Amino acid sequence: MLRRTVALLVLPALFAANPVGFQRKLSKGARIEHALNRLTFGATDADRAMISQLGVEKWIDLQLHPQPLPENPALLARLAKLDSLPMTAAQIADKYPPPNVLRQLVRSGNFDQIKDPVMRARLERYAERLKEKKDQNAEPNAAVLTPEEAKAFRQATPEERKALLAKLDPAKRDAVLARLPAGRPEIMNGNDLAMRREMIAAQQPNQVVYHDLTDAKMMRAVQSTHQVEEILADFWFNHFNVFYDKGINRLLTSSYERDAIRPHVLGNFKDLLLATSQHPSMLFYLDNWTSMSAEAAQRGRGKKKAQGLNENYARELLELHTMGVDNGYTQKDVTEVARCFTGWSMTAPKMGGGFVFNARNHDRGEKIVLGHRIAAGGGKEDGLRVIDILMEHPSTARFIARKLAQRFVADEPPPALVERMAKSFTKTKGEIAPMLALLFASPEFWSEGAYKAKMKMPFEMVASALRATNARVDSTVALTQQLATLGQPLYKKVEPTGYYATAEEWTNSAALLARMNFAMALTSNKVPGVKVAIAPSEARAKGLALGGPEFQRH
Amino acid sequence: MQMTRRNILTCFGLGMAPGWLARAATGGKKTMVVVFLRGAMDGLNVVAPFGDKAYAGHRPNIRVPAPLDLDGFFGLNPALSIFKPLWDIKNFAIIHATGSPDITRSHFDAQDYMESGTPGRKGTRDGWLNRVLTVDKATSPIRAVALGANLPRALRGPQAAVAVNSISSFKVRDDAQGDFMSMYANSKDSVLKSTSQETFEAVKLIESINKQSYSPAAGSLSYPGSKFGQSMQQIARLIKAGAGMEVAFTDITGWDTHINQTPQLNNLLGDLGVGLAAFHEDMGSRMQDIVVVTMSEFGRTARENGNRGTDHGHANCMFVLGGGVKGGQVHGQWPGLAPEQLYENRDLAITTDFRDVLGELTAKHLGNKDLATVFPGYTPKFRGIL
Repeated sequence: MLRRTVALLVLPALFAANPVGFQRKLSKGARIEHALNRLTFGATDADRAMISQLGVEKWIDLQLHPQPLPENPALLARLAKLDSLPMTAAQIADKYPPPNVLRQLVRSGNFDQIKDPVMRARLERYAERLKEKKDQNAEPNAAVLTPEEAKAFRQATPEERKALLAKLDPAKRDAVLARLPAGRPEIMNGNDLAMRREMIAAQQPNQVVYHDLTDAKMMRAVQSTHQVEEILADFWFNHFNVFYDKGINRLLTSSYERDAIRPHVLGNFKDLLLATSQHPSMLFYLDNWTSMSAEAAQRGRGKKKAQGLNENYARELLELHTMGVDNGYTQKDVTEVARCFTGWSMTAPKMGGGFVFNARNHDRGEKIVLGHRIAAGGGKEDGLRVIDILMEHPSTARFIARKLAQRFVADEPPPALVERMAKSFTKTKGEIAPMLALLFASPEFWSEGAYKAKMKMPFEMVASALRATNARVDSTVALTQQLATLGQPLYKKVEPTGYYATAEEWTNSAALLARMNFAMALTSNKVPGVKVAIAPSEARAKGLALGGPEFQRH
Repeated sequence: MQMTRRNILTCFGLGMAPGWLARAATGGKKTMVVVFLRGAMDGLNVVAPFGDKAYAGHRPNIRVPAPLDLDGFFGLNPALSIFKPLWDIKNFAIIHATGSPDITRSHFDAQDYMESGTPGRKGTRDGWLNRVLTVDKATSPIRAVALGANLPRALRGPQAAVAVNSISSFKVRDDAQGDFMSMYANSKDSVLKSTSQETFEAVKLIESINKQSYSPAAGSLSYPGSKFGQSMQQIARLIKAGAGMEVAFTDITGWDTHINQTPQLNNLLGDLGVGLAAFHEDMGSRMQDIVVVTMSEFGRTARENGNRGTDHGHANCMFVLGGGVKGGQVHGQWPGLAPEQLYENRDLAITTDFRDVLGELTAKHLGNKDLATVFPGYTPKFRGIL
């Protein structure tokens, strides 16, 4: 109810579609720019060359079916160094444990089971820190280095410091990196990725995982040749949002993006729906793993987590993932869907963190979902049946079509276009690429009403600024912090709604100020870890251009 | 130094003063400061119920050994002794056994529910503190301020709110402000044009506040150098500027004391206590127009754990500070700590919904009576805190 009121409040006529604009054909000269605006994270010279050579239609088709397009080798080389990206939750828990796992180990007090001396030293430091609550960075190196070594380290140049570190044995080196009093910024923002990750691991092991996720996301946006695929990876993750900092999602988010989202971004919507519904990251984020029938709750009374039906996932599945709010379901449907998904749970991340159907917690009774009778005793199939019902519901087709059109055409997309896309969704049973092909061939897309009609989200703004300046990105640590200041901390949208793609979400005072300041800092080489080749005499004009009103739209 | 109407007007150019200014400068605006204690404070060792027979037994190693007696039943942790004078002059009230009715013991969920103001409901788009702001065109560009880099969940929503890391850094860098102003003013983009107007108003206002040298009231306690202490000082500056700030938000993290709790809690309470006491002294008679409220996502287990710490629990206590507060008393009903009185035989039970406290402050202090909007689906019961 509340959300409905709010939605009405924040979708004012200000941003209403201009129906006349969608009928006015975009001039020929603007077509290339428009395509690059919408189908990339900002135009580069290389894109302009390619689209001119191939022609707009062929280029779009290639972006929608990018397999033949070789990926940027520089990007692949960088991604290969981010070793947490391909890890399972259990591997992450071992190598990059988050604070709660560290705490459990400290509580058990038994570090002998840890074979790796570096990890054991980390745990001991963590235990120390918990006891004393001291700022580790303030601690002197004296504990690990001789006074002469400490002095030499302090006075060294960055290169010399690196050489000094290289000479130490691994546990000692880790201890020095953990307490690093000098040289911290130069490593955080320098071009030595391995050293940076090592230092982060020494200080807060799990932050390496967050570093890798954000570094990969940023670099893919800036460097990937598969730009539409990357836009959609961002779009679908955001559509099926999970929050990195919720407990064990610090172990699960990497797999969520890699296994549940990325394989399907141009594939079939049903695969996305299925993969997210069974991924432990989503099961945990929206609490479905604790949901059980009233009978099961009765049985387990007194036990922790024996709480009964939890509707969170069911509600967001209908409201945010498929049908959209107020599009034909009732509270009763939410409850019935929740009953269908009881028992859809997960194993502990340490045990692999996989999907598991827990029959004991499942509600075995009959359910009625959106008028469809689901017979008693269906077990795990009940949830699958719900997904089929939702896939066939016209509200889902329309909701997904509209959301895509809102990303690629305008905040208030033309209803006729949405209707045609929804028909394509229904006809193809959820194929994404044909829906987008239809959109990119539509007169509405190639209209003045769509041209520069979209406000860039902060992530898009930052990526497009880096691309426009052909920036060399050694480190994304400062950029990631910038994005938080701009209002879009990566992987850290708390609410299941994800970020809104509409202009009003991004036009507030502090955020606009932050955009101007980011632009000025970037062009004058004041963003740590990022270098642009712009003469000092041109930095100001270039900064004004990137921070000005024109550049905020695409 | 108080900012006068004249020097605010000077920064906008006389005769071009925006509408909110007249209201802000005529005074009468009240401010609510919200302090979120993230990580779940151990309320049972902050305001210790030493009069409850079960208390000492639950906590053989970590109970507060010599609490400062408040009323013969509750005692303040000595790390907060700085609050005792405020208690004595009745500017400091405690509400015990408060919290959110949702059963979650997840930090993430509990903070989210408290900040959205809708326990049990995840998709709520905006925060309760944003809904506290009434729809009103003539408001100050800094009517709602969060200290920090990002807007907290509690302040997000349709009403304009700004995150201010520090007063001195809230500006356009490299002297580019004039150029940006004219670029945006001349833009055909009506959305960006109007937002930028608000932006530059806020920038100019905060800049003019920053230009005035600031020293806390003569003879008053120094603010701690901590992040929290500095945030409270920034809030004090904004309030003293009289520029129409209605709500301010800040937080302290680190209350999740599972292991070896006592030294950590002492440090945190020291920071909280000195920060708020310094603010109280600095504000002086202005405290009549100010309430400060503290909240934390849930309390901690009644019994200590095997590591001289405590685990995630249920009810907690809240503080309310201000000149108009019915202070010097512990409000709320005490549910008791005997095993059968505990929630799930482990935690302090909740007898006062946190929305009762926030709702009363919203209605009586800020004058926003539309609590059905602020806390949808719940009718706050006033507990006589104001």
